[in-house]
Amino acid sequence: MSARHPCTGGGGIAARPVTLELNGQHRSLDVEPWTTLLDLLRERLGLTGTKKGCDHGQCGACTVLVDGKRINACLALAVMCDGKRVTTIEGLARGDQLHPMQAAFVSHDAFQCGYCTPGQICSAVGLVAEGRAQGRDDIREQMSGNICRCGAYPNILAAIEEAAPQTRAWLEEGER
Amino acid sequence: MNPFDYACPSSVDEAVALAGPDSRFIAGGTNILDLMKENVLRPGRLIDITRLPLGEIASTLEGGLRIGALVSNSDLAWHPEVQHRYPLLAQAILSGASAQLRNMATTGGNLLQRTRCWYFYDTGTPCNKREPGSGCGARDGVNRMHAILGASDACVAVHPSDMCVALAALEARVQVKGPHGERSILFEDFHRLPGDQPERDNVLADDELITAVELPAEGFANHSAYLKVRERASYAFALVSVAAALDLDGNTIRRARLALGGVAHKPWRREKAEALLVGRRAEDGAFAQAAEALLEGSQPLTYNAFKPELARRAIIRALTDAAGGTAR
Amino acid sequence: MTPSTSPMGQPLDRVDGPLKVTGQARYAAEFEIPGLLYGSVVNGTIARGRVIAIDSTAAEAVPGVRLVLTHENRPPIASYDEPYEDEDAAEGSPFRPLYNDRVLYSGQPLALVVAESLEAARHAASLVRIEYEAEPHQTDLALVRDHAHPAPGEVPSRGHFEDAYRGAALQVEHQYGTPIEHHNPMEPHASTVHYQPGGELLIHDKTQGVQNCMQYVEKVFGLQGKVRVCAPFVGGAFGSGLRPQYQLPLAVMAALRLKRSVRVELKRQQMFTFGYRPRTLQRLAIGASPNGQLEALFHGSLGQTSRFEDFTEHEVEWSGALYACDNVKLEYELGSLDVYTPLDMRAPGAAVGVYALEMAMDEVAYAAAIDPLQLRLRNYTDINGNQGKPYSSKELRACYEQGAERFGWSRRPLEPRSLREGRELIGWGMATGVWEAMQMPASAKACLESDGRLVVSSATADIGTGTYTAMTQIAADALGLPVDKVEFRLGDSALPKAPLEGGSATVSSVGSAVSRACASLRQHILDAAQQTPASPFTGASLDDVSFENGELISRRDPQARVSLAQVIQTSGTLEAEARAEPGEERKKWATGTHSAVFAEVRVDEALGTVRVTRVVSAVAAGRVVNPKTAANQITGGVVWGIGMALQEETWTDHRLGRFMNHNLAEYHVPVNADVHDIEVFFVEEEDSVVNDLGSKGVGEIGIVGVAAAIANAIYHATGKRVRDLPITPDKLI
Repeated sequence: MSARHPCTGGGGIAARPVTLELNGQHRSLDVEPWTTLLDLLRERLGLTGTKKGCDHGQCGACTVLVDGKRINACLALAVMCDGKRVTTIEGLARGDQLHPMQAAFVSHDAFQCGYCTPGQICSAVGLVAEGRAQGRDDIREQMSGNICRCGAYPNILAAIEEAAPQTRAWLEEGER
Repeated sequence: MNPFDYACPSSVDEAVALAGPDSRFIAGGTNILDLMKENVLRPGRLIDITRLPLGEIASTLEGGLRIGALVSNSDLAWHPEVQHRYPLLAQAILSGASAQLRNMATTGGNLLQRTRCWYFYDTGTPCNKREPGSGCGARDGVNRMHAILGASDACVAVHPSDMCVALAALEARVQVKGPHGERSILFEDFHRLPGDQPERDNVLADDELITAVELPAEGFANHSAYLKVRERASYAFALVSVAAALDLDGNTIRRARLALGGVAHKPWRREKAEALLVGRRAEDGAFAQAAEALLEGSQPLTYNAFKPELARRAIIRALTDAAGGTAR
Repeated sequence: MTPSTSPMGQPLDRVDGPLKVTGQARYAAEFEIPGLLYGSVVNGTIARGRVIAIDSTAAEAVPGVRLVLTHENRPPIASYDEPYEDEDAAEGSPFRPLYNDRVLYSGQPLALVVAESLEAARHAASLVRIEYEAEPHQTDLALVRDHAHPAPGEVPSRGHFEDAYRGAALQVEHQYGTPIEHHNPMEPHASTVHYQPGGELLIHDKTQGVQNCMQYVEKVFGLQGKVRVCAPFVGGAFGSGLRPQYQLPLAVMAALRLKRSVRVELKRQQMFTFGYRPRTLQRLAIGASPNGQLEALFHGSLGQTSRFEDFTEHEVEWSGALYACDNVKLEYELGSLDVYTPLDMRAPGAAVGVYALEMAMDEVAYAAAIDPLQLRLRNYTDINGNQGKPYSSKELRACYEQGAERFGWSRRPLEPRSLREGRELIGWGMATGVWEAMQMPASAKACLESDGRLVVSSATADIGTGTYTAMTQIAADALGLPVDKVEFRLGDSALPKAPLEGGSATVSSVGSAVSRACASLRQHILDAAQQTPASPFTGASLDDVSFENGELISRRDPQARVSLAQVIQTSGTLEAEARAEPGEERKKWATGTHSAVFAEVRVDEALGTVRVTRVVSAVAAGRVVNPKTAANQITGGVVWGIGMALQEETWTDHRLGRFMNHNLAEYHVPVNADVHDIEVFFVEEEDSVVNDLGSKGVGEIGIVGVAAAIANAIYHATGKRVRDLPITPDKLI
């Protein structure tokens, strides 16, 4: 796959081989140590669905699932993801069938500009997988790592509440 | 970020052998990469310790809990033993950062978090912690978030962790491994006050690695509270935070622990304040005296004159909550 | 088909929703170009002075670095002010990046490092050393009060304020302050300049005006006819994209110099190095009769601006328009500082001015010991006193009544500190919101394609506002087509002329143009239908036919019908372009949107923390094209109001002349946990004057009044008046 990359300024330091299971596909790449997972996805693999809002773990726009857990891709070095399973927003839908969380975000109008949306959705899927949110206040608290400057929070909450059961079923199916 | 060499050792000894002044360990990466992107840190080598066998939570012979340095903040906070026996720690962890960051950040890394001082982070301004001798921008600058206790002329930064405030109150120990073997550091002694060496946050040597944090058997499970006062409901650093833990005999205090966050270069405890509570009835009068003792000698700065009073009220509230029974 | 199936007024799902939830919507920094170079900006650290030297040796030595661009080696750029004056320029001399060695503010871009990779560019940028000769600076508005100058333009006044105030039974006078705030859209500003083989530039920019940016680049670089700017998706802007921001000219400079494609994406920290909502220091003095009838009103504001431009917004005019009062004096001054020029930010002027007015009104209500809502009703007017004209529509009274009903306002005890639950004091507050209902000239093209689909286009933007969706609905309605047969295109400077996407004027301006283009296309379709042999429409005029469900139908004989697809098969593609501009009739009227905002807060008095547990926002904005997206925008405005009331503030170290909390960890905007129940609804409001559609915009009105309602609720809860925003815990303990 497209692994070649122009020199990124490292002088004599070599790129390292990294293997990922990215959205269900096996990918082998050479990556400089200082490349973040976020920059790898966006700048080299063309997966720009994962957004860069702050690049410092302060907004959540870059949220992806690594081994099923939600993390901030901006604060993860790509070399440290070697051997891991990475799911981005591009890997949620099954063909033309939207993931239930994606569908609920559309029907509840849980966004405006759409820039925080992939991170919100990945974070929401991660939240459901964690299974620790007992009610609306828990969802609000546990989704607070995803800033929506457009302020669509009430609709985000409604979308997650609605899509949680189907998302659980979706996750279980994925495991089978 | 500057280019750096990368190593991924598979044993603790190997990791320690690789360490040195120009190297840094990396695990969760949530703070070190943040700082490297700001050019605050420019290590020549990162030593990835995530493959080391430090991810276990296990009981100790003394009846406490040994938490591997690589246990993530979320795994720790939601661990059944921690939820059940050390709710103060769970509450503190869950009041910090975001779910994503807690999934990444580790126990050891949390202890090594650098300050959120705005001057430390901005290389366009002076900071003795970042660049010794350049001056303290915050002392006469915008110092709303800064220290009121234990600060020095050189530095008024505060330690940003919530988890560490609880660990201080619980009197945890930090297990460390270096080239000359292992040592165990009382939590109280782990972090430093800035003095004239604010660049040093703690007593760890460059080639020492935190391997675990040990909790003693006593978790104050029935009467503890972590209270964090911040400017939004979540995902914000503390203006002031309080870890309060009581051991009660009826309504009489047998033992007390009290630690503050957001006020000093380290989690702030004073034996005197805790001793004042012992033998007293758990009520406002005693709580207020403990608060006075803990905050005695506060020196607010231009923009944080509110902190001593806010801290006083937060202490009384946290002690009241703790006395009323741990919120579950 | 019955009219009820018209897409107008339907809560249609956002048409661009699937692209956004799957990550397929591409924003300015996300267009792939082979051989793309990356630029990283180096910003200055002093507030005023000169650059003595720039040492780029170390940066240039980094492998992959192609260029370190500074004022000394940049390509030629225009030397007069005029080429830099964009459509939203303030009065004065616009900022020119890398123009010369002058440093005008802290954070000013002083160099651009261009490299083969993002990582190399960023690293090399950190190695550029700049030597300065600093000069004394001033960034504190409070310290230049005595040197303030009147803002350009006139503010209206009427009657005799001083006399009336002196004679008033009740006199309420206070000062109010609002801090610097930054837009902080989630998407940082970015420009991707695609250098074409012939030297033309195709630019993907984060902007609210693709044509504004196109003209700017053409004029500043002398590239007339060679520039096309696109912005199909914009990750929020809230005003930050109204003017071309510096990453655009920097990226263009590098592309021209290297004859390569270049992207410059700002870091979050750099989002604090251009425009912002200015700090204001305001004073209101209101004289009223014992029962609260306004007799005299003074509202003065001092806003900050840069030394090179006079930024103005409507801060005090609202006080002369919202209530009946015969004696009004308004004042608006500016203080020039060593800072960048402020920039319109969501409800510019109104957000801060109405905050002060509506808190002062609450203070008058308490001085008169009457219910704050009663006070508003007592001073109600259907006339804009500044202009002496009646409003074309103003259903504010309905907003008050229905909003109060849904909120349960009638159960509110007047006395502060009378509601409590556990450790929390509860307070209920309200405020009025107001914004203009503007219309700007705009054009649109409607094209019925050979496959029967309608493609409508205009060079406007969708910054999350729902433009794609609303325009689709307007066009579908006009031609009686299902919405899935309609596509709306925007965000391309090559499309028909559109104004900046701002000021809540897009539905009004572009929507009217779309409506007219579609009306014109209807005529073309009818003409074409009449060309067919034995056409049942021979001699028919548009009044004699209807367009329903993809068919042209005769009103006289509903059996006489033909599908648009059939028409187009014989005629070939049909298209029409139209321009809409404000009608003459508008001049006789004042126009505006209005709202009534009710808020409930719970204050932990010991700790000074505030939760906004309930907000009801009742809005009168004419005919609502899409209640789903419109309500979402209002909700967003309410969330902004929560941030403005309790959290948002950019802190300046005045010794350094530098913003210090320049990130999203320390510049607080609301997170999910800050937001509780928000109920938004629109009252019925008909308006045949405001534009063809009877629709007013909703982008700004949602925030206006919210901070005041919350601050007033905090007073009701605690008995404390905090007049300087934001109301952080330290101000309440």
